[in-house]
Amino acid sequence: MQTNRLAAGGRIDRAKPVNFTFNGKPMQGIAGDTLASALLANGIDILGRSFKYGRPRGIVGHGAEEPNGIVQLGTGAQTVPNLRATQVELYEGLEAFTVGGWPSVEFDLMGMLGALGKLMPPGFYYKTFMRPKKLWMTYEHFIRKAAGLGRAPIEADPDTYDKLNQHCDVLVVGAGPAGLVAAREAARHGARVILADEQSEFGGSLLASTLSIGGQSAAQWVAQVVAELRACDNVELLPRSTVFGYYDHNFLTLLERRTDHQGISAAATPQAATTKATRQRLHRVRAGQVVLATGAIERPLVFGNNDVPGVMLAASVSTYINRYAVAPGNKLVLFTTNDNAYQTAIDWQRTGRQVVAVVDSRANPSGALVKLAAQLGIKVIGGHGVIEAMGKKRVTGAVIAPLNQEGTAVTGSARRLACDLIACSGGWSPAIHLSSHTGAKPRWSDEIVGFLPGESKQQERSAGAAKGTYTLLGCLHEGALAGADAARMAGFGKGESHFVAPNIQELPQQPPQALFLVPHSKRTSRAPNQFVDFQLDVTAAGIELAAREGYESVEHVKRYTAMGFGTDQGKLGNINGMAILAKALGQSIPETGTTIFRPSYTPTTFGAIAGRDVGELFDPERYTAMHRWHREHGAEWENVGQWKRPWYFRKPGETMRDAVNRECLAVRNSVGILDASTLGKIDIQGPDAAEFISRIYTNAYLKLAPGKCRYGVMLKEDGMIFDDGVTACLGENHYLMFTTTGGAAGVLAWLELWQQTEWPELEVYFTSVTDHWATATVTGPSARKVIEKVCSDIDLSRDAFKFMDWRNGTVAGAKARVFRISFTGELSFEVHVPAHYGRHVWEKLMEAGEAFGITPYGTETMHVLRAEKGYIIVGQDTDGSMTPQDMNMDWVIGKNKTFSFIGKRSLQRSDCMRENRKQMVGLKTLDPNVVLPEGAQIVNDPNQPLPMAMQGHVTSSYYSACMKHSIALAVVKGGLKRMGEVVHCPLADGRAIAAEIVSSIFYDPKGERQNV
Amino acid sequence: MLQIYCPYCRENREEEEFSYSGEAHIQRPLEPESLSNEQWGDYQFFRKNPRGLHHEMWYHAAGCRRYFNVSRHTVSYEILETYPIGAEPGVSESDKTGEAR
Repeated sequence: MQTNRLAAGGRIDRAKPVNFTFNGKPMQGIAGDTLASALLANGIDILGRSFKYGRPRGIVGHGAEEPNGIVQLGTGAQTVPNLRATQVELYEGLEAFTVGGWPSVEFDLMGMLGALGKLMPPGFYYKTFMRPKKLWMTYEHFIRKAAGLGRAPIEADPDTYDKLNQHCDVLVVGAGPAGLVAAREAARHGARVILADEQSEFGGSLLASTLSIGGQSAAQWVAQVVAELRACDNVELLPRSTVFGYYDHNFLTLLERRTDHQGISAAATPQAATTKATRQRLHRVRAGQVVLATGAIERPLVFGNNDVPGVMLAASVSTYINRYAVAPGNKLVLFTTNDNAYQTAIDWQRTGRQVVAVVDSRANPSGALVKLAAQLGIKVIGGHGVIEAMGKKRVTGAVIAPLNQEGTAVTGSARRLACDLIACSGGWSPAIHLSSHTGAKPRWSDEIVGFLPGESKQQERSAGAAKGTYTLLGCLHEGALAGADAARMAGFGKGESHFVAPNIQELPQQPPQALFLVPHSKRTSRAPNQFVDFQLDVTAAGIELAAREGYESVEHVKRYTAMGFGTDQGKLGNINGMAILAKALGQSIPETGTTIFRPSYTPTTFGAIAGRDVGELFDPERYTAMHRWHREHGAEWENVGQWKRPWYFRKPGETMRDAVNRECLAVRNSVGILDASTLGKIDIQGPDAAEFISRIYTNAYLKLAPGKCRYGVMLKEDGMIFDDGVTACLGENHYLMFTTTGGAAGVLAWLELWQQTEWPELEVYFTSVTDHWATATVTGPSARKVIEKVCSDIDLSRDAFKFMDWRNGTVAGAKARVFRISFTGELSFEVHVPAHYGRHVWEKLMEAGEAFGITPYGTETMHVLRAEKGYIIVGQDTDGSMTPQDMNMDWVIGKNKTFSFIGKRSLQRSDCMRENRKQMVGLKTLDPNVVLPEGAQIVNDPNQPLPMAMQGHVTSSYYSACMKHSIALAVVKGGLKRMGEVVHCPLADGRAIAAEIVSSIFYDPKGERQNV
Repeated sequence: MLQIYCPYCRENREEEEFSYSGEAHIQRPLEPESLSNEQWGDYQFFRKNPRGLHHEMWYHAAGCRRYFNVSRHTVSYEILETYPIGAEPGVSESDKTGEAR
């Protein structure tokens, strides 16, 4: 039953009833309702239980400021937690659930705690639950369960979200009176304008206004302006779009809700799929100029039990009446500090329901609106305050008492007024959130009793109520000026305004009173709870207690009491809280300062932030030309950077270790084949190429002849190994540099850095050619016999084509570069062909190798084989703190180079020359079958009391099928001089594994097998 | 997110196209071997960390792949100028009003 629905009025379509459920109970609202207005129409008082005390809470506001009316929509994958009922448009079939309160809203465990009242002062968690420490997990579990604010869906989100990059000359935030005029003005000057508003309709406060503008109703005026804007090609109108963050260089983020108002499943319906509807869009807007016309938020008054359902903001009550035709109660007491709120009493009176009284904290209110109310027969009680609300689950009355002129003390006896609704207004706080995001420091105004936007840090200006201008004509005028100014600054017009003031019958208003805490006849600490922050249950007494306990900074008090930490970010409570703190500290509000608002203005869904960057689009995957072949032949994958590389090829019935052992033995005994396409390849050309490469690498390249290759190590200037690889001389002034797979991009940037910033006189050019070539490494004693079958134009004989040579030729019909370089220690031919021929050549090599049992192998076998040879992998065996000497690679440092290559000088630093640096050695476990975990720490004596003296750690460790025992590479302090010593690796499971320090070259120490 | 004018592309581009490359105007000593460990350490490791104007290098990694210099205010993040490698800055700490180039 919509008991509170008015018979006429409102921007609703009574012909369209809308069915929805609340906590499973079927209800009906009307098209045009928000969930909040529909619930109020149905007489629902309680929407949740409060966070800490479990007190029943009802709707307070009508927009983004709502702290209590937090709901969860729907179930399953598309459920949305933590929505403000005041911002949820009602749709057919909507399912809403309360989020606070466990086990239920009606019976609440925390409510029992709440009944114990003062047992939970601020800092309660810190003070109580930290001891004993180990019990915290237990407490936390129940506190979170009881105090939760909704559930995140656990299934994957089926909806689609988009991100959009936008540019405009002028972005106008907020489409109330000031924003509409600002957008119109900027558009008339020819600027590209985006006008965004969080509501479903443009108009802001005008949608609930009873004023007329130039003879039109406010709504008609809005419709006319919107129609003009809609007709402009240079204007983009974005309703249901919240600008939630303002970042550097006029970059703003805007969340557009496209289908939420049609239902949470709307974006996933078949119809939506054909229209490609996305649920929400994140606009990333780079705006030339910004107009912030974000309006103002009414401040509640802080009095005893001011959280009982039925205590609401005055403007919200008016909005429910005028916009939604809902009167949320029967008997109203209006409590105000200003003239403005009298409109609510007048609106209420017009619904035919009773206004019990207007209670005004000012001694002699005499403004025009006050007089108008009195003329309408409304009782006005000046110099009084509502000091306490009565009732548990709904207001049953207001306790009022006379106040002194400053509003700091009760001066007489209290009396009760029976009522079921207390509308209150403590004045207005400009919505300065976005301006704060830019770092602008809010400044206090005694005149408006609130914080104004600070001095602009970016290309923005505020207008209208956001700037503390509260008359409609003032808002319109300021909007026009701001729009014209923004257009001018963006290069359109000279700042002239087209604005002609319309006739508006506004009554002049008298100054408001600053009243942040309504005194009670008992002192604050004894008075009934006077709530400042409804969502997190922060009371005036709590803030005063924090001040008494020594907290002076508003930022500290905020964290200690949790004020403003809810999902509403203290939109209602923060100013009152700061003022109460200021008073407790005996200083002014400007002295106390304000906390800084940060993004997001209202919560933003992860879906919108992620956009399409989910699933396989989260990060690009790179495939080699042979990728499909690998997939067809049972490859398991290893991710190397963005590359998918075959890890090993599993045959039926094999474990990974079986497969790797088989692959390793195949290479050692006959021949294997590896897809090495992912290795970084940089083509280097120019007359100074050799000189440049010599400066970058530790070893000499000036004499490298065409047809020859050389292995090199690259250091950072600190002397630490950065990358390694082979560089081939392709011809005069032409080189090909191989990098590690993961280091390719970093190495190219490194080369460009030195060329551009230090050695621009060297003429040398770099081109990444990694993706241009497919590479098949054929390795093993039978490798030559395989290549011979598919390559007839290269003399492959040992003496004609030596180790570390390369040749141009034809392999399986494709133009190829063949390199005799080896990462396995076996006879190897690396065949490089243009990527398009990759799979063809690979298959031909497989055919050619069939007679020799050619075996495809993956990165794991590659790692084992190279570890058997003691070849390092940069990034696995090194960690940015290893010099070539540490890696036992002194041989790679050119001793006769004239230029001081990158990193050379650092190798002479005392720390790099230290004797007991960690050095690369091999480890052989005493038990040949135990494979050390990589990363295991090494100690000399496993029985040494903790903390043990660390000697180093294991960097690579495998089982070597060829050696028939486990092998490991490790870095050990002074390890090169400790050959034969036994060290120990204590493991997490309590075992300590003994291993002997040996040479890091386990297999073919003389390197004979690659030279056959 | 910053918007950066690339002096080579001559366009304002989004920060995502760039990467930061540390303090600008640090010259590699021509004869590293002649430096003391301390002098070499200064070149290697010591960097300014000003609250205010900072000359720094950026790299147009997803664009023209050129390194260039930026004079940026580390508090406001305002970019006062960008200029090619090898050029001197047009604004200095004592001249914060310098026109962005």
